[in-house]
Amino acid sequence: MVKEIERAGLPVVHICTVVPISLTVGANRIVPAVAIPHPLGNPSLTPAEEKEIRSKLVDKALIALSTEVTDQTVFEMS
Amino acid sequence: MAKIRVVHYINQFFAQIGGEEKADHKPEAREGFVGPGMAFNAAFGDKAEIVATVICGDSYFNENLETATKEVLSMISSYKPDLVIAGPAFNAGRYGMACGTVAAAVKEQLGIPAVTGMYIENPGADGFKTKVHIIATKNSAAGMKDAVAAMVPFALKLVSGEKIGSSAEEGYIPNGIRVNFFEEKRGSERAVDMLLKKLKGEPYVTEFPMPDFDRVPPNKAIKDITKAKIALVTSGGIVPKGNPDHIESSSASKYGKYDINGITDLTEATYETAHGGYDPVYANLDADRVLPVDVLREYETQGKIGSLHRYFYTTVGNGTSVANSKAYALAIGKELVADGVDAVILTST
Amino acid sequence: MKLEIGQIFIRDIQFDAVSRIENNILYVNTQELKALLLEDEHLASVDFEIAKPGEKTRIIPVKDVIEPRVKVEGGGGIFPGVLAKVEAVGSGRTNVLKGAAVVTTGRIVGFQEGIIDMSGPGADYTPFSKLNNLVLICETVDGLKQHAHEKVVRFAGLKTAAYLGRLAKELVADEVKTYETPSVKEGMLKYPDLPRVAYVLMLQSQGLLHDTYVYGVDMKQSLTTMLYPTELMDGAIISGNCVSACDKNTTYHHLNNPVVEDLFAKHGTELNFVGVIITNENVYLADKERSSDWTAKLVELLGVDGVVISQEGFGNPDTDLIMNCKKIEAKGVKTVIITDEYAGRDGASQSLADADASADAVVTGGNANMVIELPPMERIIGHKEAADVIAGGFDGSLKEDGSIVAELQVITGATNELGFNKLSAR
Repeated sequence: MVKEIERAGLPVVHICTVVPISLTVGANRIVPAVAIPHPLGNPSLTPAEEKEIRSKLVDKALIALSTEVTDQTVFEMS
Repeated sequence: MAKIRVVHYINQFFAQIGGEEKADHKPEAREGFVGPGMAFNAAFGDKAEIVATVICGDSYFNENLETATKEVLSMISSYKPDLVIAGPAFNAGRYGMACGTVAAAVKEQLGIPAVTGMYIENPGADGFKTKVHIIATKNSAAGMKDAVAAMVPFALKLVSGEKIGSSAEEGYIPNGIRVNFFEEKRGSERAVDMLLKKLKGEPYVTEFPMPDFDRVPPNKAIKDITKAKIALVTSGGIVPKGNPDHIESSSASKYGKYDINGITDLTEATYETAHGGYDPVYANLDADRVLPVDVLREYETQGKIGSLHRYFYTTVGNGTSVANSKAYALAIGKELVADGVDAVILTST
Repeated sequence: MKLEIGQIFIRDIQFDAVSRIENNILYVNTQELKALLLEDEHLASVDFEIAKPGEKTRIIPVKDVIEPRVKVEGGGGIFPGVLAKVEAVGSGRTNVLKGAAVVTTGRIVGFQEGIIDMSGPGADYTPFSKLNNLVLICETVDGLKQHAHEKVVRFAGLKTAAYLGRLAKELVADEVKTYETPSVKEGMLKYPDLPRVAYVLMLQSQGLLHDTYVYGVDMKQSLTTMLYPTELMDGAIISGNCVSACDKNTTYHHLNNPVVEDLFAKHGTELNFVGVIITNENVYLADKERSSDWTAKLVELLGVDGVVISQEGFGNPDTDLIMNCKKIEAKGVKTVIITDEYAGRDGASQSLADADASADAVVTGGNANMVIELPPMERIIGHKEAADVIAGGFDGSLKEDGSIVAELQVITGATNELGFNKLSAR
């Protein structure tokens, strides 16, 4: 999926849990997510804490989209 | 019933015209069988008959690919065959390329069943295995008897329109199309046997060779994200409550495009997941956990991004073939570009 | 550890006033069984049907399949930590009702449930069409959440299997098979020249309808660990029903794990079967890394020469599979992996979600995307409309005449990745 949209000419950031699959299928900008059933959330936290995690992931994704890359790059959460 | 009409394609060597010194031999057609055609004709018995043999030098064919193909094809079609056999070429590289080209062209341009044969390492095998059935042969003409024995029944099957089985059953070089069939032994026993061979250093054949994945170079980064129009795409199957387009839980046959104009939050009452590959409870309670519409809407208001694209796109990654995903992404990519989107956030579960 | 499996061949199931096994026929008093099951207040109703090989019968949606067994001698009971108390199993003597199974159905819990046809083309793809099945139609009380719903039905199946198993406790077996695993040290002394082989059994552990329990422990909460092969035969591992029906390991599969069976078949002659390493397939990447690290460490610690790795499910578990394979091969240990494929309906697509060059010995259970047509059946046990929503089905899968056009995915056990079947692909 990610590759074909990239091929269309748009920079894509892939937020996903299973980074190895993302690397295998050829995503160029990758942000590691929380877990498969809730990549941008965590039901064990309070709604406010969860929202904060989601914001941080989206921030990281926006940074990834604003960063020039030449190769597959994983933007790890600090 | 009339006999099936077969035209056989061979090179100058197998036509006993000569070796390398005669490799520039121009295409010619002869009635009946020539050289290895005798063995084929005998194996066809009363079912089929080689009505003509088209012969061409390997150098001539490869150096004049386009004209030679045209010449050979017109000779073949003039005999109105029901079936074309090319080679087998064993490990002869240029002969293999010629056989592959001829057989594929016959199949594609004339719409006539065609089969060839060659050794797996013949460059023609790699070049044409996905275009036409290539029966795997030994690496030299010493394997002619086996090649005929494998090619004849397969060719007759092709003509009859019978369902073609897997490469393992039929003996053709794997062509990338995976076909189910029942093995003699169950999988666990095959695995134990394979392991014992691997441990002893004996040859074994994997049932699924690992693929190569192609790559797309990354696009330029967004210069000013606060001006950018961002679109959301997900393979996590987020859909409006009730799954209005009935996107399948696995092996999805379509993708969804949904208007989120004015929507600031995906709630339990309005959105859910159609994905059958993960525990859906968390996404059903709050779909923002998969598709962060809430955060991006806030960012839009705060000016952290230019805008959030009016539509999001959704598919179910679960069990959906790569070819289908590719087709959906192609269509989605086109639309996004047309709609002036600058960048995409794709989320996967 | 040594276990004798006493097989009592069951050639028929009949309803009767007294539950018993006589002349290889299993008689079931459904009233008594029903009373036992309805002790669970979450179960609103349970009905029983018998489905035999060759009948024009379809069971849909199938949740789990379980083989009735009973502990005759040795520690613990069947399904330890779940029905029986926690105590190590896998030794002594266990009697098995061979040829019979308990199949659970009822209102659908989730997409991952399947179909068993007792005859016709669908029957060729599921091993359960060859068994005499006691089918439980379990309906739960209203308002039960999905997780609770799944659990209620899971327990009903297990309890029924245990109830039927108990009928065989005093019986003389028709055939006895013996399985024995020596300690690591004894095995090395006994078979100094044989290659030493372990089995890496990957278990689904991804939440609702994707869980597996080991001695009652939810496998997602466990680190990679080891079992004696015979512990599986006493129900140490049970299915919480997972993934698409075609490649879920039912409890029946765990009880009759074919890799264990086939490694035992060559144990002491061509190889030395050291034991089973069980590992999970979790939803967090860190878990995937940790569990596969652990698998490779245990393989290294055991000092084996080769392993068979079996997968469960598809998609992201392909990564767990490849991680296990890659990390074990990196230790210099030879691997063979068993998986299945999602190559598209035309078979032309990429089969696995992940790949690595070290996975050079692969056994496949076939392409689950292959489309199959299942003709109408005279009798439907369960809820036929589930065909449109289970994984592999699609809108319109269920035709007006009752036939079903769907992907092979819908058939319970069709592309099993323990290598239970003969189905493959090239």
